[in-house]
Amino acid sequence: MATEIALNIRKTFVGCTTIAVQLRLPLDPPSVTILFGPSGSGKTTILRCLAGLEQPEEGTISCNSQIWFDAATHVHVPPQARGLGYMAQDYALFPNHTVEGNIAYGLSGISVQEKKVRVSEVLSLLQIKELAQQKPTQLSGGQQQRVALARAIARRPQLLLLDEPLSALDAPTRIKLCEDLRMLLTRLAIPSVVVTHDWTEALALGDQMAVIDNGRVLQTGKPQEVFSQPINADVARVVGIETVIQGRVREIRDELATVQVGPVPVIAVASPGLESDVFVCIRAEDVTLELAGSSETSARNHLRGTVQTVTSLGALVRVTIDCGFLLTALVTRSAHSELRLAIGSDVRAAFKAGSVHLIPRR
Amino acid sequence: MNWMAIGVTCKLATLTSLTLLIIGLPIAYWLTYSKWRWKFLIESIVALPLVLPPTVLGFYILIAIGPHSPIGRFYTDLVGHPLPFSFQGLLLASILYSLPFAVQPFAAAFEQVDRKLIEASWTLGLSKLKTFFKLILPLSTAGLITGVVLSFAHTLGEFGVVLMVGGNIEGVTRTVSIEIYDDVQALNYIGAAKTSALLLVVSYAVLLLVYAMNRRVWSVWPQK
Repeated sequence: MATEIALNIRKTFVGCTTIAVQLRLPLDPPSVTILFGPSGSGKTTILRCLAGLEQPEEGTISCNSQIWFDAATHVHVPPQARGLGYMAQDYALFPNHTVEGNIAYGLSGISVQEKKVRVSEVLSLLQIKELAQQKPTQLSGGQQQRVALARAIARRPQLLLLDEPLSALDAPTRIKLCEDLRMLLTRLAIPSVVVTHDWTEALALGDQMAVIDNGRVLQTGKPQEVFSQPINADVARVVGIETVIQGRVREIRDELATVQVGPVPVIAVASPGLESDVFVCIRAEDVTLELAGSSETSARNHLRGTVQTVTSLGALVRVTIDCGFLLTALVTRSAHSELRLAIGSDVRAAFKAGSVHLIPRR
Repeated sequence: MNWMAIGVTCKLATLTSLTLLIIGLPIAYWLTYSKWRWKFLIESIVALPLVLPPTVLGFYILIAIGPHSPIGRFYTDLVGHPLPFSFQGLLLASILYSLPFAVQPFAAAFEQVDRKLIEASWTLGLSKLKTFFKLILPLSTAGLITGVVLSFAHTLGEFGVVLMVGGNIEGVTRTVSIEIYDDVQALNYIGAAKTSALLLVVSYAVLLLVYAMNRRVWSVWPQK
């Protein structure tokens, strides 16, 4: 029997996008699925349908052999009976309960003693023991996020649904908590679905991902594959990052990291607490192409390579270069003709250390 | 001052506001969360006592519970005496008359509870009923107190409905407002002044309580 969530739904909002989605989310082994897309793409609605908070007009949703929703037979398992942990974008903590009260809120059918044990377990798992007696209004955004996560996992759900878990936070907190969330999800081993519009989160958290735009699934696959090999221009536009390759940090000096990517070293700005296994991400518009042998520039990375493909995108041309790994560059049509770029021609690709994003690998 | 009338009035106002607390909650809950397209029909009925002259409301209640109506006959058969001109009849009329004063603040308070909190409660496994008692009610206490206090104060001062349905029976249905009317009719201005002052002070105190708690004027219907 398939241990998966199968979803095949259709939902129309008057004057808005129609969502028509078919998805299969494997549950065993527990993995993290990313629903990735721009705002308004329908990814949150899909998550809400999974949670039972929203009902599609047509289609079915099943989890293992249990049918959660079937429009034809009017089956709708309410959210209470789906065994979920659901975290809304703004965390929705209960203002009339303490942190402890929030976490214990959904724990029923167990003894008071066991309840206490459970609450203290998740408090220490999320390192928020000292917040137990505080009210949600007294907490910072990052603390609220931890409490909301603690509350969602306290019931030991069979499926964890996180709606933009990090987007309500400021940038430094987000980077720190993204890392924490990644470790937590690995440790919990609960199948999870995470909605995000941030590609760094998708790469850091996801085992597989679905790119959603205009209410449709455009591509599914491993995040790295989807980012580096978008199947069409729509996906490329939505994901917005073209080069994603695995690398190993070799050394960090003066806050610059040297990352070994295949046979070539790439210089990147090192973020604190960098691990050795990373994804090296470079946006195509950050890559400049120059003829081999031209003068020095401020860019730290100059890689020699040969042109593999040239695709015209109107005013711009997308060029992929094999420089030890496949690098995508976006140049104007005039640059393309000036440099006389053709398949097989030698070229030098340059990009700044600051345009290289390093994302810890799961 | 006629302490008997004050006693009847207090008993009537207390029972009315407590009954409205019990029956007003489900009505307000339904009005807040129902997605029925004809909901406004019920909303308007609940709000009717706000605009209807009390004599009109009293007249219809009198007809509805009188000996010629099935309800009136059923009640007389059951209890042994007719509803009109009894304390029970007066209580029923008061409840209907003060219904919007309880239901509207309740509904306004429920409306204020963030939908996302309610959904969070559902996903944490709590049924709609449990969510109501564990989340919605505790977050609506100000509205609950407003509703109870307003319906209490409103019942204290009612006149038209009392006169139509309760009559003017000493110790049973004679309330302070009728007492004042009788005193004036009998040219007992001193008595009327005393009772009026009492009613004024109590009503003002009650409203002070409500306004201080909410810091805003209560609206006719909750703002969507």
